[in-house]
Amino acid sequence: MKIHEYQAKEILRKYGVATPRGTPCFSVDEAVSAAKRLGGKVWVVKAQIHAGGRGKGGGVKLARSLDEVKSHAGSILGMQLKTHQTGPDGQKVRRLLIEEGADIRKELYLGMVVDRGTQRVVLMASSEGGMDIEEVAAKTPEKIHKVAVDPVKGLADTDAEDVARKIGVPAKGIPQARDLLKALYQAFNETDASLAEINPLIVTGDERVLALDAKMNFDDNALFRHPEIVAMRDLDEEDPAEIEASKYDLSYISLDGNIGCLVNGAGLAMSTMDIIKLYGGSPANFLDVGGGASTEKVTEAFKIMLKNPNLKAILVNIFGGIMKCDVIAEGVVTAARQVSLKVPLVVRLEGTNVDLGKKILAESGLPIISGANMADAAQKVVAAAKGK
Amino acid sequence: MSILINQNTRLMTQGITGKTGQFHTKMGKEYANGKNCYVAGVTPKKGGQSFEGIPIFETVKEAKERTGATVSVIYVPPPFAAAAIDEAVDAGLDLVICITEGIPVRDMILTRYKMQGAKTLLVGPNCPGVITPDEIKIGIMPGHIHKRGPVGVVSRSGTLTYEAVGQLMEVGLGQSTCVGIGGDPVNGLKHLDVLKMFNDDPQTEAVVMVGEIGGTNEEEAARWVKANMKKPVVGFIAGVTAPPGKRMGHAGAIISGGKGTAAEKLTVMEECGIKVTRNPAEMGKLLKSVLK
Repeated sequence: MKIHEYQAKEILRKYGVATPRGTPCFSVDEAVSAAKRLGGKVWVVKAQIHAGGRGKGGGVKLARSLDEVKSHAGSILGMQLKTHQTGPDGQKVRRLLIEEGADIRKELYLGMVVDRGTQRVVLMASSEGGMDIEEVAAKTPEKIHKVAVDPVKGLADTDAEDVARKIGVPAKGIPQARDLLKALYQAFNETDASLAEINPLIVTGDERVLALDAKMNFDDNALFRHPEIVAMRDLDEEDPAEIEASKYDLSYISLDGNIGCLVNGAGLAMSTMDIIKLYGGSPANFLDVGGGASTEKVTEAFKIMLKNPNLKAILVNIFGGIMKCDVIAEGVVTAARQVSLKVPLVVRLEGTNVDLGKKILAESGLPIISGANMADAAQKVVAAAKGK
Repeated sequence: MSILINQNTRLMTQGITGKTGQFHTKMGKEYANGKNCYVAGVTPKKGGQSFEGIPIFETVKEAKERTGATVSVIYVPPPFAAAAIDEAVDAGLDLVICITEGIPVRDMILTRYKMQGAKTLLVGPNCPGVITPDEIKIGIMPGHIHKRGPVGVVSRSGTLTYEAVGQLMEVGLGQSTCVGIGGDPVNGLKHLDVLKMFNDDPQTEAVVMVGEIGGTNEEEAARWVKANMKKPVVGFIAGVTAPPGKRMGHAGAIISGGKGTAAEKLTVMEECGIKVTRNPAEMGKLLKSVLK
């Protein structure tokens, strides 16, 4: 699960990470009065969307007067902010963060992820702040310093200080940077985060470190023990089809093609997308109905796929294990009738009770195209989507 | 021969009184030598009861001592599953197969930390399990699609493994052992560990390695294959079309920071002498082509 920058900063502040003072705002009036309350002469007006690259897209602006706060807030709120992470349509800005301006001497980078290799949380830090860290990793990997954190002892003082020195925190700022790094790890660990990023972490004129930006993602599997984080979920930032699917415990991801896929199992679902592409088609979605799909789940899955205006055909690819093919066939037939299906439907069934499943499809009277195997089904659905 | 499990394996089901644990214990017991293999169940506060004639114990330790079981399969719900693994490791079992999907990553980090230096092997979590066809089935895979034979299968996915097995059967090839290592980012055995076992197993003549996007497990396994593997390996990687930054169902199936793409994995595997296909419908045919 993702949250906004201002929410990530709220969490990090609780753990003792220093950030600029700021206020989330939902209107221009709120933005102006927030700036007044913050005081000072310089403010930053920051668009709050879940995607990165907001600055380059024109979603972050410096204001040197309350009038400028007003005009920037007015132009950013409601805009379709396009960044390299939003897709071509951009994301509508509905929230702002108004922050006090900061005295930036140097920009550094801090990141934290779960590393599969070491099976630990790894701290990554670099002197190259404010940049795309993937670019730094590709061009100057020696500038990225990593520490795999001991899950029982936590981030050691010596490791934190060492990293702070390596990325160029001045001597006077080392103790504060050490505490900030330890606070970041504690926040990461206690909230079951899957990613935390402070880019940039700045060194101020008086040699303090400050989190100028913040990003946190969380492990979906652990949300059951963090109602306070679930409460931060912003549905406006998520794909409506994906939200609808999650209500029925369906794993769904929208893609930009025109062939809907309904598959059991994540690996098989990815492979189904791959084989569609291989035969010249383009998948409209990833959809894993899981191990125990009921007629209701299959029906909802069809409804969600059919909301996509680009949809030209549907491929159902099921390898029945625990899920019996006759049950899925019943589900497909019921769903196809309920939604009065208008696009071609190709079904490939294999595994437990496959003959019974095929019989149900054949006797349904529905114009279902049967796929003999995965390749045959993929070729047929690609042809059907092209109107052949 | 086979790897990890065979007809002489004696195992317990942790979480045997839950719906899933009951169903799959029953299916496992009915498969091949299952009635001799499934000897115990563990559910706290249900000790003294039984299920399908299988005695239930309070703890793994007690189940091990009373029945001689050295392997466990876990169907415990996600919030308690990591603790169930810990208990099995503490009891000194040889092998733990954790089927449970949805365990918090932080729990698994701690569990793997505690497992350092322990003799227990872990398969999973979030996996279909392990089957040695015509001998023993531990997990949720459909037994009837398998047949004993010369091909080892190792995969991060469930149904995609069944697909691979189905294709092998179509070309007349049975399997030595099929191992589902699971779709989570922090797990037990990796492709590499399982390939080593297949390399040493006399029954296994060739291996199908099925991977997916995310992490660098497949690359590490491929490098080992190049240096050490005596048997042909064929591979497929799911997720060529997966967009970056999106979690494709499995918690571990995500391209992050430009790393873990299918293309990258396929390239490394090919460089290391693994025959790969980009067509998931051709895993069986490809394996047949490399078998002597």
